[in-house]
Order: sequence, then structure tokens, then C-alpha cells
Amino acid sequence: MKASAFSYARATGVSNALELLAAHGDKAKVLSGGQSLMPAMNLRLIAPQLLVDISEIAELRGIASSGDILSIGALTRHVDLQRSPEIAAHAPLLTEAIAHVAHPAIRNRGTLGGSLAHADPASELPACMVALNATIIARGPKGGRRIAAADFFKGIYETALSPQELLVAVELPVAGKNSAHFFCEFARRHGDYAIAGLAAQAIVQGDVFTDLRMVFFAVGDRPVLAGAANRLVNVAITPPALSESLTALAGELDPQEDQQASAAMRRHLAKVLMTRCVSALLGRTDLGTRGPAA
Amino acid sequence: MPISLDVNGERVNAQVLPRLNLADFLREHLQLTGTHVGCEHGVCGACTVRLNGEIVRSCLMLAVQAHGASVQTIEGLSDSGEVADLQAAFRDRNALQCGYCTPGMLMAAQDLLLQEAEPDRERIREHLSGNYCRCTGYHAIVDAIETTARMRRGLGP
Amino acid sequence: MTAASAKSDILSELDRPNSYIGKLVPRPNLERLMQGRGLYVSDMELPRMGHVVFLRSPHAHAKIMGISAAEARRAPGVIAVVTGEELAAVITPWVGVLSHLKGLKSAAQHAIAIDRACWQGEAVAAIVATSRALAEDAAEVVRVEYEELEAVTDMRTALDPQTPVIHPSLGDNLAFERNLDAGTVDAAFAGSDEVVEANFIFGRHTGVTLEPRAVVADWNAAEERLTIYQGTQAPHMVQNIAALHLGLEDSQVRVVCKDVGGSFGIKVHIYADEMATYALSRLLRRPIKFVADRVESFNTDIHARDHRCRGRIGVRRDGTITAFEIDDLTGIGPYSMYPRTSAIEANQVVNLVGGPYATKNYRARARVVFQNKNVMCQYRAVGHPIACSVTEGLVDLAAVKIGMDPVEIRRRNLIADDAYPCVSPSGLRFELLSHHAAMNKLMAMMDYDALRAEQAALRKNNIHRGIGIASFIEVTNPSAAFYGVGGARISSQDGVAVRLDATGSVICQTSITEQGQGSESLTAQIVGSVLGVSMARVRVILGDTDNTPYGGGTWASRGAGIGGEAALQAAKILRRNILNVAVAILQSSPAELDIANDAVVSASDGSTRIELRELARIVYFRPDTLPPGIQPELMATRHFVPREYPFAFTNGVQASWLEVDTDTGFVKLLRHWVVEDCGTIINPQLVDEQIRGGVVQGLGAALFEKCIYDERGQLTNANMADYLVPMFGEMPDIDVGHVVSPTAETELGAKGVGEAGTAGAAAAVANAVNDALRPFGAIITEIPLTPQVILTALGRI
Repeated sequence: MKASAFSYARATGVSNALELLAAHGDKAKVLSGGQSLMPAMNLRLIAPQLLVDISEIAELRGIASSGDILSIGALTRHVDLQRSPEIAAHAPLLTEAIAHVAHPAIRNRGTLGGSLAHADPASELPACMVALNATIIARGPKGGRRIAAADFFKGIYETALSPQELLVAVELPVAGKNSAHFFCEFARRHGDYAIAGLAAQAIVQGDVFTDLRMVFFAVGDRPVLAGAANRLVNVAITPPALSESLTALAGELDPQEDQQASAAMRRHLAKVLMTRCVSALLGRTDLGTRGPAA
Repeated sequence: MPISLDVNGERVNAQVLPRLNLADFLREHLQLTGTHVGCEHGVCGACTVRLNGEIVRSCLMLAVQAHGASVQTIEGLSDSGEVADLQAAFRDRNALQCGYCTPGMLMAAQDLLLQEAEPDRERIREHLSGNYCRCTGYHAIVDAIETTARMRRGLGP
Repeated sequence: MTAASAKSDILSELDRPNSYIGKLVPRPNLERLMQGRGLYVSDMELPRMGHVVFLRSPHAHAKIMGISAAEARRAPGVIAVVTGEELAAVITPWVGVLSHLKGLKSAAQHAIAIDRACWQGEAVAAIVATSRALAEDAAEVVRVEYEELEAVTDMRTALDPQTPVIHPSLGDNLAFERNLDAGTVDAAFAGSDEVVEANFIFGRHTGVTLEPRAVVADWNAAEERLTIYQGTQAPHMVQNIAALHLGLEDSQVRVVCKDVGGSFGIKVHIYADEMATYALSRLLRRPIKFVADRVESFNTDIHARDHRCRGRIGVRRDGTITAFEIDDLTGIGPYSMYPRTSAIEANQVVNLVGGPYATKNYRARARVVFQNKNVMCQYRAVGHPIACSVTEGLVDLAAVKIGMDPVEIRRRNLIADDAYPCVSPSGLRFELLSHHAAMNKLMAMMDYDALRAEQAALRKNNIHRGIGIASFIEVTNPSAAFYGVGGARISSQDGVAVRLDATGSVICQTSITEQGQGSESLTAQIVGSVLGVSMARVRVILGDTDNTPYGGGTWASRGAGIGGEAALQAAKILRRNILNVAVAILQSSPAELDIANDAVVSASDGSTRIELRELARIVYFRPDTLPPGIQPELMATRHFVPREYPFAFTNGVQASWLEVDTDTGFVKLLRHWVVEDCGTIINPQLVDEQIRGGVVQGLGAALFEKCIYDERGQLTNANMADYLVPMFGEMPDIDVGHVVSPTAETELGAKGVGEAGTAGAAAAVANAVNDALRPFGAIITEIPLTPQVILTALGRI
């Protein structure tokens, strides 16, 4: 399949990109890595009239840490995240999660900004950003905006960005003392989109969670920051306590039904993920991975 | 639009439509048909080439995005001899049958071996997990890459 | 093995000095493929070539009320927009039936649909333009008015009175029915200690060849000749059919096969869009290229294996299997495929169920029904995966029922290795098989007892691993019994012409074809061995109806057995002819001479008497120096067709070792084994890699692959992200071993092997999963075994 015809412009800077987007409205699309855009265009699922290539905008690159904030430019490629010592030191959840994103050739082109703006509910990075309490930095005709990751993802391929805004960077707090992370996804094959996944960031002191952010992905139309995880904070984790949280989790989720899995299956897998997460983070072998039947 | 890029060490100047993807540009404009098209949605890996030293899916890139870049295809890697040992290992192990996936496989295999000197079988399978083959069942390809890695380390096959 | 010793004088052809037979020899001409310098049809460009895009019906069943192409015809780069009616002036329709499949009926199919589209994806118009992209642009502005009709999409109700009949002239939606009743099945069941029944459900599959179907058709109006460049497995068949339907003589059509990016049976059929491409070239008087894109491939490459099969097995406490019974239902597309028909797969299922076993009681019914879905036809291992999965699944169920080890029950029922020749209840004639020898070898290779012990130990830690065994038989080297007897113009014989050229090169032309399995190599190995020349001197030409003998091509695992025998016989004749010349030149006698290492040598001590290149020089340039009367003939052609056995059956056994995560339903394939008996092995590496590739297609069937149609007949996963093919990360290493029972029908003794891996792999995996889940009492007889299917069977969701 060949993409429909379109015009192409290389944005020289953020303002230039914003001008082009404002001038063409919904007939224009931003091209960064193109790893999600190009398949859709090749399949003629979408046919924008103008592609605004932002890949030459230098200010959108780079990973920098200053104090307790890690700042990642929107054009940072997945492979850059994977190789970054700053990320490994300050946000190891990302380092682990990135290995599950597609395949090496895709990771060499795909960008963080692209992945977040695309907001596929089954993708890894949006969930990681919510787990890491990240802030999305957007810029539009009216200036800059800071949006908490937890408020950024609105639905399938839907974000808080307005059509004329560009995602320019992501900021996240550096992992503190006693930080721990967990990442797991169930996918049919290496690199496939997950059927169900979990990105978690926690603070563990002794055998207790003093903070626990569990963000499930591929189980709804957006990443789900599980309220059920709050029940596990500052309490002793006993099998009954976990069991209650699992039930609460099942109640919280409204997963979709598709060719890969039914809603019931996704709920079940989410519970397995939660159990494995708690076990891994606390080093427990007694909690089992058997949750109550759905 | 005019583009200027380096392909297998040769400077190429061309006029292309924005919608022309890199795979079609290489195959149709430069007659470098060693890069194959299998799906055009970035899943099969048959179109893998090297861009600025890193492997990419040429069906997911526009030719205009390659302006100013250095592209290497299987023809270039073959002519320079860079993957001669990998190719010999593939031949000796019969790690190709119809040959359609092979250029992409060699690209991905070389990419792995440039990054890691001692990949085990699981690591080989992981790095190549985005390259589809329907003929070989993969086992022979893993063998050939494993053998090449050992030879490059100065060990026997 | 008695057969081997009796054939010791026949084997001498293969035991010649420096023979390549049985040797691991790298295939010649791989460099071209590895350097990206192959020539696949999708690479080809001819002057003034047009690109065709087919506008395809979005509906599973719809009347075509009208097509407006005016705007499309004006679109940039457009050469023509052609409807079915317009193309019918150039190409006639066809019907996919064969007379030996009694009762098989089908309706006429046109190259481009006229009046009615019968599956989602059927072509309703052709847009030809100067590039694929421009043709796609124009296709978007062709207006087709459809009146949707009710679609037949459930094979289970296809024959119900209230279901619409797709082709009213046929009376109903039944394409074909076959019934078989052998022995005394009812008495056998009555006399059994246990009778087990199960419903086996199979996913619809497709081949997903990495290079999609591609054709360049070049009608030269001045020469009145059509050259078809196509990755077909059967070029003479394509030549014959293209000529027939275009109103040409065979000699006006040339079919050329260059490199082919995978086929597996997908590219052995006649496709409407490819026939349309030939016709368009004729109509437009210029070369036309058609390359299916990936979505088109999913929607129009033949599908296969869409079966629902109820099976029953009777067994006695001592493990004796008393009877097999099946009732198989398969839903094909709206047309039986041409010319090999879409009844063959079901026919094979009936033929093959129970095949490895001594049981004489067998009853079967198979029905093939039309549906408004993509067409279905032969794909690697045709029918065998179904038959093997049903048979081996039933045998395991019987074993469980009587508390017997699955290997033990097989040992008590597999046909004895010394019971040959014999005939199966379905009429299959077995020359010589080795089920027990193969099983013994498998047990040693996999260390069965150790795996059972490991399984037991891990179960205590809640880790659930399973072992699955699958014995199977495989059809190879088919005679005319497959297609020819039914009236198909598909040749079941093949030919090889071999010649010594003026400077000592050996040129072979063979009618078998190459899709990566090593046809070129096996031909060169045989010729080199029999002739006494080094393979480096041998050049093989194939895939060109102008430049090879007439033959069947490569399919049904016949290339090595039939084409290889023709090569052997031709090379024998050439060797004799060369020695006749040598005798004259050297004033010697035939008994004193042989050919080895590219030279005529003394038979007694191997010393060189005259180099072949020197002998050739004399023959071609200095025949004046030869003794009077002699007419040298340095070219020989021989054809071969199996006459004694309609098929050369092979046998094998496979095993799967896997782990099921009972929390998630995910299966990890740990290892796989195959022991295969394909007779004489020409090149062990070619054989083993064919087996491995075939196995992985079967593993894909077991766990991943399924064409998912909705109730409206829409194929909902027509892309490579949603139709899951096996990739590196999920596949195990595969160990391959052999037993060798050559066929006495040829000097070569080779049977086929290309499909064996696919025949038994899914059965082994299914048995392994059920074995792993035994403690939970779950039994699953459906593939693909997705995590959802497994969790459901476990009652976890």
C-alpha cells in the first residue's frame, strides 16, 4: 500500500512548527519518528495533507538532570532512553520498560514525544510516565503548558494536547531513596503490543510500601493508575490484604474486548500482574500468583 | 523535493515526491533491489537498512527524511566485505532458503554483533525478534549468527 | 533393513567415487541471494510497464449494480480502468472441479467479478497506471454501487434450508462430500472397553509468504507471445492454463520463474487476479505488473485448514485401538480453486486419519461447503495437519482413558516395521515405513524417561510442563493419481536434460522448480555424483518453460523423488555416452573406464586417461579426429513418473516439550524433536532445514495463527500485527533425526520431505499442552491454543 499524496515541511524551530500546525489545522500531522504515523499512512487509514517534520529541532533533544528533576526532550529516541546513563540512574523503570517497545529498528527511530502524543493504550511509555509522576511540557500558540501525566491521557489516541500544540519535553522527579520499580507485560510475541501490562514505581521501607503507584496499560482506553494500590500503602501485606486489593482492582478496571483477549481475561491478567508486582517488590514468595477467581 | 544523501558510499542527488518511502526510493530510483518489501507496516523486517550507522525500517521512512543521511543497504555491506563472514556462516549452515528475508536478517545480525561480542542464543533471538522468516524456522539462522560471533572472538565454530 | 541389502546393486549409482549424495554441501548460488542481488518478480521492471491495482469488494456478498470509472480514468498516470465484463472479452472463466472427486461441483469464476462479488476482497475492477501509488489514488475515485446480499459465513449452518444458496444453479452450498466405511466400525466400537469422542476445531490459516504474490505479464503483440514472470511452483501448468483461457497455443506462452520469496503451496494455484493480469497485458498490449500488498495477500492468497472435525476412537484395556471414526466439515470460499480444487484437503483428511495405525476399522464422512469468505486450497502439508491432530489427539485421549502412557499405546498400535507392503483402510498403499524405528530413535534423542521425571518433579513446585507425541504419515512423490486422473492438465512426471558443453561444463535443465528448498542443489549433487564431475562444473537451469523439459514442477514434496530420479537417469545416459566416445578415442573398452573428478579415468586405479574438457573439445571442434562412423551424443534427456505406487508415503514422529503458565495461559515451547524417514537423503542439511521450517509453520498453527472472520464475512485481522506468525522469540530449537527406508521404485530411493514438519507439529504441541494440564482435568481440542483458550479451559476466567 502506498500513502496518499501530501506536502512536507521541515520545521526549523518550535515556533515554525506551531505556525505550520496553526495554519493547516487538522489537515496537518506532526512527523517525529514516524513509527506509528507511517504504518497508518501506508495503510491509508489516515491521509493528512501536510506532514510537519520536527526532527531537526535541536531544542527538542537531550536528556538532562538538574537537582531532582530529569528533563527529556520530545525527540529523544527510544534507543537513546535505553542507553542513557541518566535514565538508568534516575528512572530505571524506563530502562527496563524500553526493552519491551517493539524492536531495535523501531527503537532507533521512535521518539518519546511521538509515543506519548500517539497515546496508544497498549503502549508502555505512557504508563511509565504516569507511574513516574511525570509532567508533560507542551507549547502552543498561547505559550507553554505543564500537564501532569496522570491528566494527559484521555482515551484511545486522545491526549490533553490541543491540535495546535506540540509536546516538547517531559520532566520527571529523580528516583529517591528506597525507590523500587516493577515492569511486566504479557504480549503474545516479543515486541508486540501488550495484552496487559503494569508499570509500577514504589518506595519500600522494610517490608512495607510507603508509596506505590501502579499503572496498568492495555486494560482500558488509557493508562490506569490503580486506586487499589493505595490499600497496600503503609500496611502489612498479608494474603487477605492482597486479595482485597485484587478485588478492588477488578472493580476499577473496565477493559476492552478484542481479538487478543476478553475483558474478563484482561481483568484476570491485571490481577496476576498486581500479585507478581507486590511479590517482586517485597521479595515475597508466599503470596503466590493465584488470585481469587474472577 | 530535492534530496541529497550518501548511499553505500556514493553521493546521490534526486528529486522525489514527499510520499515516496525510503524502501521504494532505494529499489525503484536506485535499482538497489536487495532491500525487500514484505508488509509496508513495519512488522516484517524485510526492508531493514542502515541509516547513519543504525538499523531502521526503510518502509517506515520517507526518502525526504533521509536527506543528508548516510544509508547502507545489503549491497553496500556485501561489496565492502563487512558481512562476508556472516554470509559465509549463513551459506555453510543453510540459514537461508528463499532468501527474501536474508538481507534484513544480515542487517539485524550485524547490528547485534557490532554491539555485543558474546550474545547467547536467547539474546540473538531477542535482537532478531522483529525479522520474519517463513522458510527456515529460525534455528539455522541462530546457529549461523552464534558461529560468526564465536569466530569473531577467535574461537572455533 | 532387508530393502537396503536387496538394493545393493541399485545403490551403486549413489556410491560412486566422490559422490555428493548424502553429503552436506552448501547450495550453489546463495551468494546472489545473500548480497541482495537476487531477482524476484517484485524486483522486475520492463519498458512501458503498467502497474495494476485491483479494486476489491468490501462486502462478503453483494450484487455489483454499477461501476463509474470516468473520474478514475482521468486521474494522473492512469492507463486504463477495466471491469469484469470488459476483461471477459479477452479471458474465459473457469470451474475448479476434477472428475475423480465424485460429485464435486463449483460455479464458474471470472478473472474479475461480473455482476456479483462473493467474498470480501474479490476484485471488481482493475486500475492500471504508471505506478502503484497512482493506481491506488485512482482506485479511490472509482465508484461502485453495491447491493449487499446475505453472506454465508458459518460452515455449520451452510447447508441449512434457511441459509441462502450462494450459487443457485448448484442447488445447495455443498461442494463435495465423501464417505468411507472400512471394516466393521460399529461392531468394533461395541466391542471396545472405552470409546472417546472429541470435537476438533482448527483455525483458518494462510501462508504469509514474505514476498507477496507477484506477476509481470508481458504480451508482445508483434510476436503474439505472452511471457509470464511469476513465482509459481508449476510453470507448465500456468503456461497451459493461461493459453487455454486466453485462446492461445501453449507455444505462445512462456512462463519464467526467477527467485521466489517463499511459496509453500500458496503460489501453486491459479488466482483470478493473476489471470486478470495476463489478460490486461493482452488487452493493453504492454507489460503489466501485479504485486499483491500485504493486506491483499491476507484477503486473497488461498486460506487453508478451516475444519471442524468430530472424532471417535475405540480402545480396549490392553491398549488395542479398535476403530477410528470422523465427521469432518470444512468451509471453503465461494469457488473451488482452480485447477487443483478445494476438495483435495478434505479428501486427504479422510485418507490420512488413522494412517500410522494397524486398525482396520475406519469410517469417515467429509463435507466441503461454500462460504462467502476467501478461497481455500492446498497449503503445505494439505490435510495432514488436520488428520494428524485428530488422530494423535484421539490416541492420547484413549491412552488417558485407560491409564496408559502415550508412547506405550502407540507402540502397541503402530503398524509393525516388517508388515510392508500393506494397505490402509482408506486404500493407501504403503511400500515401506518405519514407525517403530522412528519412535525408538525419538525416545533416545529426547530422553523421554528423563523428561517425564523432570515433569513430575516440577509439578510439585507448581510448574506445569508437558510432553506431546505425534506419529504421522506423509504423502510424497505423487503420480497422476492426485490430479491427472481427474482431468487436470497438471503433469505428474518431470524431466531433466543434461549435456556436456564444449569446454567441459555440465548444463542441466530440469522441470522442477526452486523456492528455496534446494531444487537446484539436489539436481547438481545428483548429476555431479552420477556423472563424476565436481559440482562447481554443473549449472542448473530451471523455472523456464522455454528452456526446460516439460514437467510438473515442485509441489506435494515431489521435487527430490521425481525430479531427482530424472536427473539420475539422464546423468547415467550421459555418462554412458561420454564413455562411448572415450572408448573410441582411447581405443579402450567400457569396462576399463569410469568418470571421476572431471575426467575419464581408469576404472582399476583411477588414473586420468583424458580430461572431460579435452574430450569435449574433440567432440565439438575436432570430430574429424574421431574413428569413422561414430556420432557422439553429449546430451541426454530422461523423464520419470512414478508407476508402481500412486504416492510414496513417508513416516515420522514428532515430540514437543513445553511449559504452560497456568496463571496467564501462556505457553513456552522449550524444545521440539522430529524423527523423519524420507528414504535416501541427498543433502542432509537441505532435508533438515525443510523439516525445521515446516515444523515452525505447524507451531504457528498450534499457538498463533488464525484468520478471524466476523459474522458478516469480514476478515478482521488482515495484517501482520494482528495475524500472528511465529517469530524468533517464541520458537524453540528443533532436533532432527532420521531413519532411512529408501523406495524401491527409483534408483535414487528418495522420497519427499518438504511437508513432514508441518504435518505433525501442531498435533505434538496440542498433545503436550493437554499433557501439561492433565492434573487440572482440562482437555482442549481447539487450535490455536491462545492464552485465552487455555485459561478458559482451566476455569480461571
